Amino acid sequence: MRSGAITAILFALVATVLAVGLFRLHHPTSSERHPAPDFRLAQLDGQPLQLSSYRGKVVLLDFWATWCVPCKEEIPHLVEFQQKYGDRGLQVIGISMDDAPDPVRTFAQQFHMNYPVVMGNAKVGEIYGGVLGLPIAFVIGRNGLIYSKKIGSVDMAVLEREIQNLLQTE
Amino acid sequence: MRLHARCAMAFLLFAAGAGVSTSLSALQASSIPTTQLIKVEDLVKLVQGPEQQRPLILQVGPHVLYQQAHIPGSEYIGAASTPEGLQNLRKRVEGLPRTRFIVLYCGCCPWGHCPNVKPAYDALVAMGFNNAKVLYIPTNFGADWVDRGYPVAKGD
Repeated sequence: MRSGAITAILFALVATVLAVGLFRLHHPTSSERHPAPDFRLAQLDGQPLQLSSYRGKVVLLDFWATWCVPCKEEIPHLVEFQQKYGDRGLQVIGISMDDAPDPVRTFAQQFHMNYPVVMGNAKVGEIYGGVLGLPIAFVIGRNGLIYSKKIGSVDMAVLEREIQNLLQTE
Repeated sequence: MRLHARCAMAFLLFAAGAGVSTSLSALQASSIPTTQLIKVEDLVKLVQGPEQQRPLILQVGPHVLYQQAHIPGSEYIGAASTPEGLQNLRKRVEGLPRTRFIVLYCGCCPWGHCPNVKPAYDALVAMGFNNAKVLYIPTNFGADWVDRGYPVAKGD
């Protein structure tokens, strides 16, 4: 009976440590936050976009592609976030991992994407730790530090709360 | 008359629904027979094993993912959800014996959402290949291969 209780307590402790570890992996604390790697990439209209020029804004950096079904489902929400929070300092930036820009241009028009989209490449994927599956998104604070990394489909309510919290910071 | 009209409407709706589900299942990786799938662990053993037992491994996903990381020895074909990718695939295998052991993989997205492996697999079956397998990648290539420490190569 007693050994059963000890096993249960140990199991609970291990589960808690694992849960905290997983949470911190995707939500680093202030001392663990890293600067978002800077890049300069061409937008769909050919104009260059430099990430560091958005310092002072909360940036939602979304790696996506036209062939990625979960990405397509998320984009209307990102359009909504840009519309809703743009004047409070949010900037959504899409990095398309498509091989060619033509389908991206068509897609951007169809989905009324109201934020800049650049064409990604292997180099930008690598500086962000490898984009070897989509979608992947990074939430970057006004100070240019990465606050969280979202792998796979995102709970949009959770993401919106995170954006709201970061927008309140100066 | 009214009943007939309702029956006809119901039939049309059913037929339309069946058509949609058929066209969707034709694209989905989850409709590939499970007997034709190969697990990551099993392919790793083959990749690390004797050269003569290694299959021809073809990546049928996006180029930008292949450039970042791919299975050593695998060849880039291109996204098989595009006509160009399918054409490349057919061209690459057309001269091979139909018994050749071929493994297709992508890993761009979660398995049920991958648009590339099913068209690639169907193309090989239609060409008469009877030993074609598809690498089962549940989450994506990063999570299910790279993060598990399996061998990778980079670049073209």
